[in-house]
Amino acid sequence: MMSVPEKQQIVLSGLGGQGILFITRLLAEAAIYRGYRTLTSETHGMAQRGGVVVSHLKAGDFSSPLVRPGMADILILLHRDNLIQQGHYLRPGGDLIVNSPSSPGTIESFWMDADAAAREIHQKRSANLILAGFAVSVLKNNARPFFCGADDIRAILSRKLSGKNNLLASALAAFDFGVRYGERKTR
Amino acid sequence: MSSVDIIFPTGLSYSFFISNLGAKKDFFMNTRLLLIGNEAIARGLVENGCAMALSYPGTPASEILPAVAKWRNELNLCMHVRWALNEKIAFETAYAGSIAGLRTAVSMKQVGLNVASDPFMSAAYMGVKGGFIVISADDPGPHSSQTEQDSRMMAMFAKVPVLDPCNAEQARDFIALAYELSEAYEVPVMLRPTTRICHGGQDIELREIKAPLRSAVLKRDPARWAATPKFRYALHKSLNEKLSAIAAHAPTRPRLLNPGIKTSRAIVASGVAFAHAVEIAADSGIIENAAVWQVIQPFPLHTDFMENLLAEYTDILVIEESAPVIEMQLAAGHMVKGRMNGHIPQAGELLPEIIEDAMKRFCGLSSKPRPQVPATGGKRPCLCAGCSHRASFFAIKKTFPDAIYTSDIGCYTLGLNLGAIDTVLCMGASISQASGFYQAFKLGGTQKDIVATIGDSTFFHSGAAALMDAVVQDSRFILVVLDNSTTAMTGNQPTPASGLDACGNAVPELSIEDIVKGCKVEFCRVGDPYDLPGFIDLLKEAHSHTKDMGVAVVIARYPCLVDKKSNGALHERIDMYVSDLCNGCGYCIKQFECPAIEHDAPSGKAVINAEACSGCAICAHVCPQGAIKKVGE
Repeated sequence: MMSVPEKQQIVLSGLGGQGILFITRLLAEAAIYRGYRTLTSETHGMAQRGGVVVSHLKAGDFSSPLVRPGMADILILLHRDNLIQQGHYLRPGGDLIVNSPSSPGTIESFWMDADAAAREIHQKRSANLILAGFAVSVLKNNARPFFCGADDIRAILSRKLSGKNNLLASALAAFDFGVRYGERKTR
Repeated sequence: MSSVDIIFPTGLSYSFFISNLGAKKDFFMNTRLLLIGNEAIARGLVENGCAMALSYPGTPASEILPAVAKWRNELNLCMHVRWALNEKIAFETAYAGSIAGLRTAVSMKQVGLNVASDPFMSAAYMGVKGGFIVISADDPGPHSSQTEQDSRMMAMFAKVPVLDPCNAEQARDFIALAYELSEAYEVPVMLRPTTRICHGGQDIELREIKAPLRSAVLKRDPARWAATPKFRYALHKSLNEKLSAIAAHAPTRPRLLNPGIKTSRAIVASGVAFAHAVEIAADSGIIENAAVWQVIQPFPLHTDFMENLLAEYTDILVIEESAPVIEMQLAAGHMVKGRMNGHIPQAGELLPEIIEDAMKRFCGLSSKPRPQVPATGGKRPCLCAGCSHRASFFAIKKTFPDAIYTSDIGCYTLGLNLGAIDTVLCMGASISQASGFYQAFKLGGTQKDIVATIGDSTFFHSGAAALMDAVVQDSRFILVVLDNSTTAMTGNQPTPASGLDACGNAVPELSIEDIVKGCKVEFCRVGDPYDLPGFIDLLKEAHSHTKDMGVAVVIARYPCLVDKKSNGALHERIDMYVSDLCNGCGYCIKQFECPAIEHDAPSGKAVINAEACSGCAICAHVCPQGAIKKVGE
């Protein structure tokens, strides 16, 4: 049986308009679905107009909605430039997931060009879902795996987008593209 | 694997302590929903029989009213749920419902309470009949506000009790506490969430909805509801008596996280700072050597709590956002450490790492080094690609390069990036400041060109009154109403010109032109900023009017591109490219700042990002070399 972490702290960051809020809520709902007590913190307001957007997600027994520097188990970046601002959240040995056309350099990471992938599947706004799929699949066999599996996310997507068949099909296609890409990368 | 296989750490569950009002044993089931604090507050309102909810949008409070409207519609509740013109009007409308015996609520951001402070102060004296909750959301940081002001200070100033939840679930649960308190003592009660509560999500078990049952009754009592100064004195005395009783109100008494602890140290926290403190106390072992108290009702602080605290402990650390409200009431500087003596920073958000350092210092523990937080930076927010405000600002700058630019609160505050804004004070001030600058320069015998910019929603909020005043003061300037037919910055809420209420029902609609003409402005013209040359001509006409006539108003009308509810007509998309004429001067990037125009490092030239581009084609007018062209041209 796959081991499951008791608790997990994740920081997600990108630029306003990239859909960080959407995948934060998607993952948070997956956490609740898996039975975790769940806390999130979102960015609203002016920063949503293209500025730096940061979300925190804590699954397990926590009381603070924010991750302290050096304590994130996973850092998911939809824009590689955000590494400069948000890199300090990652704990030593934590996992970095980056949307980037090349290795973001200094620290070890799982990276993929989610924007190129989004162009490839003709869904220019789906880099967020592609990267989420990628994260779930590359961290599946980690010593401390992702708190949920791809099927949990698919279940939540189906619930969130029920009745909107076209949207759901595109979302699942984007997510699965990321999952498959991750599987190839880790094989 | 089924979800019940997850084993939580043994010992105290701190998240449970916080949400222990009727703790559920079945939390492994999937019946809990992710709600952000604002939705949780809305849920509290509909669960507790709120009949009237009013608001004016403002970050971080904007999502409360739409969530109330959503449940009202879904459950077909008999409720009046509306956006008001501004916070003062929202307050007064909801307060009337309370005088008529209904449970009501008004929500706003902290600077909105400044606007509503006039009725707020008086409502405290007169009191309420049906429960009345004033939800004022603070923004320590500030993340999306002009100030870091603490609404609890306003509550103290007005002599109104205030509750300070530490997470979304408490915010929901405190609505019930607030209504009970409000009705038991006939006072307005403030609920004060902060950004981290409002925009923090949590898994929450929904409770049953109590449909509003009461019907409105107004018992005539002019000595109270229209009290003259003589009666106000009596009302003030009675308010003081109420506050003394509320300072002993059992359900809102401070709660101890770790009962049974023997220590001379106490940490007293409220709001989200308490939620941070609980986790830090557990991680660091501080839970074993300091008593950790949550203050639920920071004003009035419970009398016996203050007495016992000062008697039982010799060393007290107070952690609260963002003013020393609890600390000042304790009034024991020699024993209490906090904001007033530098143990807690006096400005900025209390991030958990700041609280961790303060708690460890207080308990004599050392902090281990943590990764360096970079100086703030990164990409700044900017107007969206294709935003008509960008075109308006560009036209204003080009036409009046030496003018004074007064502006206002909204998305268009980002016109700052374009160098088309000199001043931003508060809602509506663009117009009064333009008037003030005109009069100030006139004293010295000069007439400066002045261009004020204000959004449509802000114009309705408090711009119209300023315009009336500018006209009767005979001030002369150009007012550009940036009309994108929505309240964009806060999430595209309707405006009084939309013809729709918060629940999506049709209501009478107002016209900006009619209001402007009603203010006796003789020059009032509507222009399309996408037609840049035509819009510039219009600005020039307006300018000649201001020379010897008066205020000239230009309404720059084009729908917001991110407003999904908009049915405004959009121009056809025009694809653009940068031709060989580009000499890499960077003018378009600096002066126009469109996210779809990028600097291509290898060539040193500008390039259009076709995915980001909205096809507005305004950039065709921007390049000094004429290098930005329509595809096919």
